[in-house]
Amino acid sequence: MRERPFFHPEWGAGWYGGKAMATATRRGRIFRNLNAKIAALPMIFTTLVVFVGGTLWTVFYSFTDSKLLPRERFVGFDQYERLWGSSLWVTSIQNIMFFGAMSLVFTIVMGFVLAALMDQKIRFEDTFRTIMLYPFALSFVVTGLVWQWILNPDLGIQHVVREMGWTTFNFDPMNNPDTVLYGLLIAGLWQGTGFTMVLMLSGLRGIDEDIWKAVKVDGIPTWKAYLFVIIPMMRPVFITVLVLAAAGIIRLYDLVVAQTSGGPGISSQVPAMYVYRYMFSAQNLGQGFAASTMMLLSVLIVLIPWAYLEFGGKKRG
Amino acid sequence: MASVSTNIAANAASAAARGPKPRRTFSSRNIMLYGTLMIMSLYYLLPLWVMMMTSLKGMPEIRLGNIFAPPVEITFEPWVKAWSTACTGLNCDGLSRGFWNSVQITVPSVIISIIVASVNGYALVNWKFKGSEVFFTILIFGSFIPYQIMLYPMVILLRELGLYGSLGGLVLVHTIFGMPILTLLFRNYFSSLPEELFKAARVDGAGFWGIYLRIMLPMSLPMFVVALILQVTGIWNDFLFGVVFTKPEIYPMTVQLNNIVNSVQGVKEYNVNMAATMLTGLVPLFIYFASGKLFVRGIAAGAVKG
Repeated sequence: MRERPFFHPEWGAGWYGGKAMATATRRGRIFRNLNAKIAALPMIFTTLVVFVGGTLWTVFYSFTDSKLLPRERFVGFDQYERLWGSSLWVTSIQNIMFFGAMSLVFTIVMGFVLAALMDQKIRFEDTFRTIMLYPFALSFVVTGLVWQWILNPDLGIQHVVREMGWTTFNFDPMNNPDTVLYGLLIAGLWQGTGFTMVLMLSGLRGIDEDIWKAVKVDGIPTWKAYLFVIIPMMRPVFITVLVLAAAGIIRLYDLVVAQTSGGPGISSQVPAMYVYRYMFSAQNLGQGFAASTMMLLSVLIVLIPWAYLEFGGKKRG
Repeated sequence: MASVSTNIAANAASAAARGPKPRRTFSSRNIMLYGTLMIMSLYYLLPLWVMMMTSLKGMPEIRLGNIFAPPVEITFEPWVKAWSTACTGLNCDGLSRGFWNSVQITVPSVIISIIVASVNGYALVNWKFKGSEVFFTILIFGSFIPYQIMLYPMVILLRELGLYGSLGGLVLVHTIFGMPILTLLFRNYFSSLPEELFKAARVDGAGFWGIYLRIMLPMSLPMFVVALILQVTGIWNDFLFGVVFTKPEIYPMTVQLNNIVNSVQGVKEYNVNMAATMLTGLVPLFIYFASGKLFVRGIAAGAVKG
């Protein structure tokens, strides 16, 4: 690993100058590596204008009563009060929390179990991996539409099982408000668990063979070894999976639009759909901004502790 | 295939060290292991099978039959209809329009975003300037921020540039939002190249672009392939940006597909719907099967360091 770049701008233009020299040095500093700076302009623009500027802009305007167009009439926290008073938003939040919790648990358990199975030096490993991972290449729209069809009560799985003679068989998650989230979960896990498996498998492969030998010498049963030795060693992989899955869950949008359109009723609405509705079709920008600010807040709640653990820890180590 | 025999040998050796008993082909352990993997494989394969079979049946057969059964009579009618005459709203020219829109969106977006991101990565590794690390950190943080919060400012920006609702606007959006992951990818790759190469070229008088074009670019072709895979599938599969930043005539394929299948009017033609779904999935599937292990490498490289 390289410690510092070959040409560091600070080496030449130093800190030794007086006031008169400072202006000259600053000028020199701007023109040093001019090409590199020009080349980095798109990145500077993206970070400053779109990411930082755009985020601040939206947060700022979430305190106004903007309707069709953004305007600077401030109403304090009114938009947030209305947001949390709206049953649509509260339902969206409950849905995403439930879906998110289920999805995280199943993603991690399925991903890890599959990876552990794949790590048993099995035959046809490539074939199994290809099969498990291909859904990840497909879009959420395709995923949602396929599962909508398979879970179709009149012609899908329910129909097939009933035709086989079990006439009271009931499997219709999509048309029942209490179970529609499970329908989404089946589709979401189908699309994403293969990827988790690949990440977990690379984590498992990164574990030294000697650890396994030591475990065997001590006579620890395999399941115990996984639970108390291997999993704690794979902490970074688990954190990565957790962060990626959580970021994906908060963004959940296309899958729901394609598979259920938020229905039946509002029983599968999610925050991203609420934002879209208020920003682009209900023409109540202020609500949309407030809702998207809440989404940002929820990401920060996940992100800041993670960044602290990840980068704060590195400095100490 | 040569590795199979060594694999088996390794298996035998490690099984002796690991398992309690020498293993037989039909040991209960193996039945459990392969049994579980097969059942899980069924879960993953089922949708592809159903999609394929449904798209090759006629509607009467679908109404009477079993969605898992192969077609009694194969028909390609649904595919033709999905491609050329399926309706979205008033337009009845099928998914072909969405397909060509997606091509027009994906090709320039992929090229531009990869060029920009690779130059970023190169500048970040070899030409650090004051604040470059700060920009990079913001960029990585930005990849976790929900897009929703940047949607409206982006709309305003595109409107100011006169690009709102156009293909060019969407290309810009994809370039911007693809930047974090790709820049990370290239930065990590370039920082693994030996520094001496850069130094030597510098001593020989090569400048910023000279080193990039003559040394970095040729040396990082595998990374460009990985980035290509990542971007083609990512941009082809995009739905949100397509809905927000374009207008109906230039909707990408995913958006048009959703409109065709979830339209409320008319009799549902499940075979046409599945053919359309299959058509939309074909490009990423092709990339996936053609790229093999590089796909895994691409998504892992993009994700692990996130």
